[in-house]
Amino acid sequence: MSFLEVRDLSLRIKGEQTRLLRSVSLSVSVGEVRGLVGESGAGKSMIGKAVLGILPRAVEVAGGEIWLDGQNLLALPVAQRRRVIGAKAALIPQDPLTALNPSRRIGPQITDRLVDILGWARNRAEARALELLEEVQIADPARVMRSYPHELSGGMRQRILIASAFAAEPKLIVADEPTTALDVTVQKQILRLIKGMQERHGTALLFVTHDLGVVSKVCQTISVLYAGLMVEDSATAAFYAGPRHAYSRALLAATPKYTDPLGSLTPVPEAVIAAVRAEVAAADGGWHG
Amino acid sequence: MRLLTTAITLFGVAVIVFFVIRVVPGNPIAMMLPPGATEADVARLTALYGLDKSIPAQFLIWLGGVLQGDFGTSITARQPVLALVLGRLPATLELSVMALLMAIVLGGMAALLGTLRRGGRTEAAIDIGNGMALSVPDFLWGLVLILGLGVFWPVFHISGRITPSLDLPFVTNFYLFESLVRLRFDLLVDIVGHMILPALALAIPLAAIIGQLLKQSLKETMHLDYVTLSRTKGYSETHVILREALPNAILPTLTLVGVQFTFLIGGTVIIERLFSYEGLGNMAIDAVINRDLPLIQGIVILFAVIFTGVNLLVDLTYAALNPRLRHG
Ligand SMILES: Nc1ncnc2c1ncn2[C@@H]1O[C@H](COP(=O)(O)OP(=O)(O)O)[C@@H](O)[C@H]1O
Ligand SMILES: [Mg+2]
Repeated sequence: MSFLEVRDLSLRIKGEQTRLLRSVSLSVSVGEVRGLVGESGAGKSMIGKAVLGILPRAVEVAGGEIWLDGQNLLALPVAQRRRVIGAKAALIPQDPLTALNPSRRIGPQITDRLVDILGWARNRAEARALELLEEVQIADPARVMRSYPHELSGGMRQRILIASAFAAEPKLIVADEPTTALDVTVQKQILRLIKGMQERHGTALLFVTHDLGVVSKVCQTISVLYAGLMVEDSATAAFYAGPRHAYSRALLAATPKYTDPLGSLTPVPEAVIAAVRAEVAAADGGWHG
Repeated sequence: MRLLTTAITLFGVAVIVFFVIRVVPGNPIAMMLPPGATEADVARLTALYGLDKSIPAQFLIWLGGVLQGDFGTSITARQPVLALVLGRLPATLELSVMALLMAIVLGGMAALLGTLRRGGRTEAAIDIGNGMALSVPDFLWGLVLILGLGVFWPVFHISGRITPSLDLPFVTNFYLFESLVRLRFDLLVDIVGHMILPALALAIPLAAIIGQLLKQSLKETMHLDYVTLSRTKGYSETHVILREALPNAILPTLTLVGVQFTFLIGGTVIIERLFSYEGLGNMAIDAVINRDLPLIQGIVILFAVIFTGVNLLVDLTYAALNPRLRHG
């Protein structure tokens, strides 16, 4: 069994029939990086949020299971679920500018989970935080620990959030478009940093992105989502050699090539859209929630 | 700079009060003399208190005295105004601070509970409670409390500051504070028993304001990214609210509490009267009834000093709580 297994997960807005996620299944093993791609609004973030127990209040689980390290999260009482997630998983958020508390110093924002949830002694947690800040190549970590977020650049803050995510040695990291909000110049560094950290710490990484170009460099496996329906689940090499699903093929054709960024792009053809929509409708027809 | 504007504010207040209370009808001298007093008696006393001079001249004399720490002599009590006023100040300060603390605790709890149970029946009940608390002014709450917890179900005192027959070891007029410091819990219970209803009457409307505003800002803060991130760390919702959301949501409430606290202090005038509580406000009403001009001036100036002091305190706290302001 993989470290993370999502089985037939369906989500919907409370009180509504249409689903945001349509019986989605995916798994990520320790050491594996899974790319989760799809257009904006496809439900990529919702999968990550469901796994981390931070679904919006308006959204409810309409079916399925989420297994983390052999425990079905959805069967646990809320408080216990949060503790399990806090100890075993972590989030690298999308926007480093809003993901740090503006009125708290950096240090405690990294060490709080270690001290409060895992019960570490404070100085051990602080030593660990310093070590991690060095690992993410932050100069003068001791000073940074005492700083407030507004004193630091966006790139610095994302490094801090990455360090913080790895602090408790979680075996699963969810990274939700971790470079989208950053300057193009720092995007590549941050990407390389996350990949390096993942390899050194041997975690499972669920990497949410809408950029297929990034997936080819970082991920071993790839899941493609359309309107909450999983249309493809392949090894990355196989995917780039020839995607199984017509929609994936069209998506790949619509992505700029790394080797030829200015080459002509084909938008997803309408026939393909119509076909995948029919699939979505068929999935809804056979579903009783 | 701050000092200068404060000084100008206080001066302005002094000028306005000084002239207004001399323009309204009513003669303090006539009031203090027995019915059979002669014209000569009136003239003699009027001259004694300097009331025969022109109003600007009276003002200059008064201001000269104030700058040397002499606020004149009360016409009715025939004692220095400063001593009278400072003697009563502790009672009003203790009442106001107690009311403020009660408002913060009650309002804060309502806001936290409402945020924790947002969107549900509990929040709706809190909203209704806040609305009711706000639609009734403090002195009516005073009446309600007197009738409810003083008369119908007499658990608290409804008159005075302390039971008069008690032996008081106090050297200051800060009864509550001194009884705490001296560990005289017997006296403390009696004092709190006297204070609780007037303080509650003053606190209820402010508690509702704090509850509503703080809940609103907390709810807005609750879906910010750093709050969500804290949830993924394994914290309970209460912890998330208290540690992540509250410090950032509290600033607008704090500013408002500063303004509202000055209103609350203003409210002590009527509440103290209602509960026969021997504070500044009660003294102010007596002073107005008796046209005790020097005493009125002294009380008003003191209130003005308190108000500006409160505002200064709020600004300082605000800066201390907000790291972005603190670092310029
Ligand atoms: N707070 C919310 N309440 C209700 N629906 C939401 C909320 N946030 C997002 N959605 C809906 O859920 C769907 C999936 O959103 P999301 O997972 O954020 O997409 P993406 O693939 O771009 O990450 C979208 O259709 C969006 O409209
Ligand atoms: Mg998203």
